[in-house]
Amino acid sequence: MTQGLQFDSQGRLKHFLTIEGLSRRTILEILDTAESFISVGQREIKKVPLLRGKTVVNLFFEASTRTRTTFEIAAKRLSADVINLAISTSSTSKGETLLDTVRNLEAMHTELFVVRHSLAGAAHLIASHVPPHVHIINAGDGAHAHPTQAMLDVFTIRSHKGEFEKLKVAIVGDILHSRVARSQIQALNALGAAEVRVIAPKTLLPTAVERLRVVPYSDMRRGLEDVDVIMMLRLQRERMRGALIPSEQEYFRVYGLTPERLARAKPDAIVMHPGPMNRGLEIDSAVADGSQSVILPQVTNGIAVRMAIMALILGPPAEVRPAARRGTRATA
Amino acid sequence: MNPALDIEAAIERMAQSLHGLLKRQPVMVGIHTGGVWVAGRLHRKLGLADPLGTLDISFYRDDFTRIGMNPQVKASNLPVAIDDRHVILVDDVLHTGRTIRAALNEIFDYGRPASVTLAVLIERPGRELPIEAQVVGEHVKLAARQHAKLVGGPDKLELTIQETGG
Repeated sequence: MTQGLQFDSQGRLKHFLTIEGLSRRTILEILDTAESFISVGQREIKKVPLLRGKTVVNLFFEASTRTRTTFEIAAKRLSADVINLAISTSSTSKGETLLDTVRNLEAMHTELFVVRHSLAGAAHLIASHVPPHVHIINAGDGAHAHPTQAMLDVFTIRSHKGEFEKLKVAIVGDILHSRVARSQIQALNALGAAEVRVIAPKTLLPTAVERLRVVPYSDMRRGLEDVDVIMMLRLQRERMRGALIPSEQEYFRVYGLTPERLARAKPDAIVMHPGPMNRGLEIDSAVADGSQSVILPQVTNGIAVRMAIMALILGPPAEVRPAARRGTRATA
Repeated sequence: MNPALDIEAAIERMAQSLHGLLKRQPVMVGIHTGGVWVAGRLHRKLGLADPLGTLDISFYRDDFTRIGMNPQVKASNLPVAIDDRHVILVDDVLHTGRTIRAALNEIFDYGRPASVTLAVLIERPGRELPIEAQVVGEHVKLAARQHAKLVGGPDKLELTIQETGG
């Protein structure tokens, strides 16, 4: 169902809801496009006129400073008008439904909604009810998906490590509840990564995790052996209240990324984290701020990747796009 | 149509015309893709001190909402500050003028040049905007349905004329 929703009749991205089912070609098209947007952020005037006159609404039903800010900067660098709505303090608390909220904003001639919601499937639900000229980007829905985070992660990996076919990647932490991990695994597998490992206590691994095409480890030291990339996940403290892990100290003792554990990976391995980090819980400050950390470049790359996704999905309607795309330049 | 267009001779004529600007220590900028090839030749012939700049105007096109992203955008690169500098903007074919308009917009996002001189290898009829080249390698008469494209770069430049229909 998502596939039909996510693409138009010409097979081009209409919404960006999940990595699941995206072809390697589509993912690479996004990464290549993002590459060209990197230079925009390095200019004195960090702005291009691509989305001038378009309106983007950041519709955040769940708080997130970092993701919302990078979407806002991305849209503004494309010259779109951006409105930020933190809905938990607005209409839905007065009894308005999710779709009522979107319909009202739609009536204000919005072209793109960036949606974050604590319930899995919220972005899909909205996408299935908006008219053809309105586009939806999923900025994280429950434990389901966080596709733009996964795209910026693989973009960062490619910019540091090149092609994926020889890479061993370890994802460490709460795999069971992580929408980031789910989307990362899908992206890495679509790109042909040599091996994707997941490292977590058994209570934080999904049952039959191998079906996700990953190799599970509960032993952190063995799991990190010879990997090229370590992707740490943020540990939600409520998991401790749910008795899925014993205590912060115990978790850090066994699964925290310390310089000693990092030494098990390849010497040039990179360390990633989607943020915000719990220093001393999942990652040691010496690693987070160390020479192998690419955590801040991830944030920078997130802007270019989100610019690319917005530009690609806000392109022309399906009926004119394919023919026009045959030429590299229509005007001279 | 000019079937036997001598591109090297046209570039040489451009270089001769641009010679008078050298005292202003100009910065040369080529527009992807053909313009960069021509600019590369001119840059060498004129022995300019500053490195060659390149522009990809894909993000500045006025037809984005009709044709979408160019999947092969090349990053623009202006290696020196252009504030108060004299810029020589180079493209392969001047047709409607829309590419040049986009290039000017992009240049002004990098800074405020003292002047911009437009140098094109081929000038053809069909202007849709009031844009004029100061330096032209060759004037080519083409019908509206014909499309001129520089190919074979950067080494063996060749102008192809295609019938675009309609």
